[in-house]
Amino acid sequence: MGYCLMEGNEAIAWGAVAAGCRFYAGYPITPATTIFNTMLKLLPPLGGICIQGEDEIASIGSCLGASMAGLKVMTATSGPGLSLYSEHISFAIGSEIPIVIVDVQRLGPSTGSATRGADGDIQFMRWGNSGGQPVIVLAPIDVKDCFYLTIQAFNLAEEFRCPVFIASNKEIGMTKESLDLDAIPKPEIIDRKVSPEGAPFLPFGIGLGHMVPDFLPFGEKTLVRQTSSTHGADGYITTNPDEIALTQERLKRKLESAVDQFSFYESYMANKAEDLIITYGVNARAALDVFKELQNKKHPVSLLILKTLWPVPENLIKEKARDAERIIVLEMNVGQYVREIERVLPDKRVHFFGYMNGKLITPAQIREVISNA
Amino acid sequence: MPSLLNNKRPPVFCPGCTHKRITQALDQAFQNMGLRGDQIVIVSDIGCSGLFDTFFHTHALHGLHGRALTYATGIKLARPELTVVVTMGDGGIGIGGAHFLSACRRNIDLTLLVLNNFNFGMTGGQYSATTPPDAETGSGFLNKLERPLDIAEVACSAGATYVTRCSSFRKDLAEEIERAIRHKGFSVLDIWGMCTGRYTKKNNLNPQIISERLASLPPIEGIVEANMRKEYGAHYRGLAGAQKPISPPEKVDKNFNPPQLGRQDVILLGNAGQRVISAGDLLCYAGLAAGMRVTQKNEYNITVLTGPSISEVILSPEQIGFTGITRPSVVVALGQEGVERRADLFDSLDDRTLLIQIKGVEVPANRANVHHIDFKGQGIKRQDWALASLAVLAKFNRVINLEMLQAAIEIKFRGSIRASALKFIDQVNV
Repeated sequence: MGYCLMEGNEAIAWGAVAAGCRFYAGYPITPATTIFNTMLKLLPPLGGICIQGEDEIASIGSCLGASMAGLKVMTATSGPGLSLYSEHISFAIGSEIPIVIVDVQRLGPSTGSATRGADGDIQFMRWGNSGGQPVIVLAPIDVKDCFYLTIQAFNLAEEFRCPVFIASNKEIGMTKESLDLDAIPKPEIIDRKVSPEGAPFLPFGIGLGHMVPDFLPFGEKTLVRQTSSTHGADGYITTNPDEIALTQERLKRKLESAVDQFSFYESYMANKAEDLIITYGVNARAALDVFKELQNKKHPVSLLILKTLWPVPENLIKEKARDAERIIVLEMNVGQYVREIERVLPDKRVHFFGYMNGKLITPAQIREVISNA
Repeated sequence: MPSLLNNKRPPVFCPGCTHKRITQALDQAFQNMGLRGDQIVIVSDIGCSGLFDTFFHTHALHGLHGRALTYATGIKLARPELTVVVTMGDGGIGIGGAHFLSACRRNIDLTLLVLNNFNFGMTGGQYSATTPPDAETGSGFLNKLERPLDIAEVACSAGATYVTRCSSFRKDLAEEIERAIRHKGFSVLDIWGMCTGRYTKKNNLNPQIISERLASLPPIEGIVEANMRKEYGAHYRGLAGAQKPISPPEKVDKNFNPPQLGRQDVILLGNAGQRVISAGDLLCYAGLAAGMRVTQKNEYNITVLTGPSISEVILSPEQIGFTGITRPSVVVALGQEGVERRADLFDSLDDRTLLIQIKGVEVPANRANVHHIDFKGQGIKRQDWALASLAVLAKFNRVINLEMLQAAIEIKFRGSIRASALKFIDQVNV
């Protein structure tokens, strides 16, 4: 057996195509551009479409149009472009349009540093929309995850009809790595649930016991309405507070009540460890080195690597933290996800370590945090 | 064909609003063309023009202000057989200017009806991109400071292939809309009308005045011959169909054993233009040829051919966690800018690190095991120093050996480049 060499961004593109993505629109931005470059090589020969938008707003806008025409769609950017996506993220959430959005994070704020990594958009991905309804955010730690989680992201976008983010980072997206593509488990591909032929169709009609409306694309015999306005089941504006409230509650519950089904993670539990490190993204790699180093020492640590960040996998976090006396949260930012950990584990001592200067957190720094925290 | 108007949701406009005439003309055009509702998508955005999608029994998408053309582009590319009609106001053209220009430049087969009534009707009659400077608006004196946009003229100069500037009172409006829809390319109708709820309350505008103002401008009507060219979607499909599929990157089989068993961390410090990243790539492939796991992190400025160029490569028999390098096995000082970017690295080096220092490159004080080498004296060009340094490592049996490097060159390069690279590494003196 051998390995190939691939960077995280390329692996995302290959994963997207494996998941059935046939429309990509993006605007060039370091460190996400190589996703666009790869999609431009992959999609046209497959009969798919890859275009360069005039800006990020247009890129994600054309994705939403193509998604409503029935295609699986993806766009990719970094922090400055994510800012411009905002209005269309809100549209995709409220109007239940499946889309995968890749954020290859770079050092912010603002245009920041194009070629320096960070995890500075973790709360932004969750809350950077009007209305505050939830989204799904998956976080890869390496090139293998970029491939695997992208397929999962498409599956989740299709199943729940919502935007799904890949929270990548320059340090993953533009890092090349040896990879055995064949060794990565291939999840079963999920397509959005199509309204049965002949059945009465309402664009946002919810069947009994269901949380997600059935889909029909533009162009079929049955007419489809899509709107960014507050709508009823028929896709027309509604002012009925009860109907509105039911939809709002559903948009929240369809994701938050299902997160246990898609809580991706790795955990390394050491016997009698007092400390549990919780981290995500590229930091997980340094943390795993530390776990291995300490596992047979006097004071081992446990490690929980979260790969589903939003909705917060609360049950998973509570279960893994049950026996820990102290929680150490590592982030490549000045403290974002630690707020969620503190909220979920109000009775634990939670210690944060992180910074944002373009440099990776090192295993040595983590060891020092463990000794001194 | 029957009317496609939605009788459950009759048009609701202010009395006298010209949007109503355009609604009826659009319906008439659909009927004249014999189109069914399921063959049409109406795409609208914000403002009174954004009500259109609800008036028709067609597929419909209503989105954010000024973005209708972005959704329409995605829909049309995904389903080229559909007739996609976009309604926007003069407000939407202002906020969505980039999308308007791009749609013109692409010449994608969409029909854009601009319901141009010279103000923001819905929010209180504020000035828009087309408001004349002498108008009274809800924006105080601000419209006096800006020159109105001539939508049709801009459409022509941006490359739209069908552009008409006309009055909503035009008698053959339905026929003109039909011509625009039938045109294979991007069609823009800049349809001037009256906002009776806001604009005409304070400004004198009626069908007669609209006609006079239109008559005072150079006529723009129909096909723009100078812009005629292929439709974007068809052109796209033609070019895309000629693209060859690519295969996933090839797997590299393990054919050799590495000279050292443990993890090897190598940092190449050079200047842009020295092919440092390519050398890092080669090092990775050399590692793969020995069955090792590898990572490669590169650092360079956004500008090309100037500034530092750094490649950090890890070769390891085990899965690689942390991808940074804190204790390098080898540092190669190839260029001053790379060395300076990582000047803080040198202080912590000890004699476990092999530092290959090329003559002419200065390095900070350090305790590494230094090997000095003069590439210039061997007649090696600066852009080949990075590759030459790999040859030195291979000849020292450090990190890689010659077989591994040769295998990497054979994977990365073809033809005469491969042959000359193989010859080159053979000739490098350590």
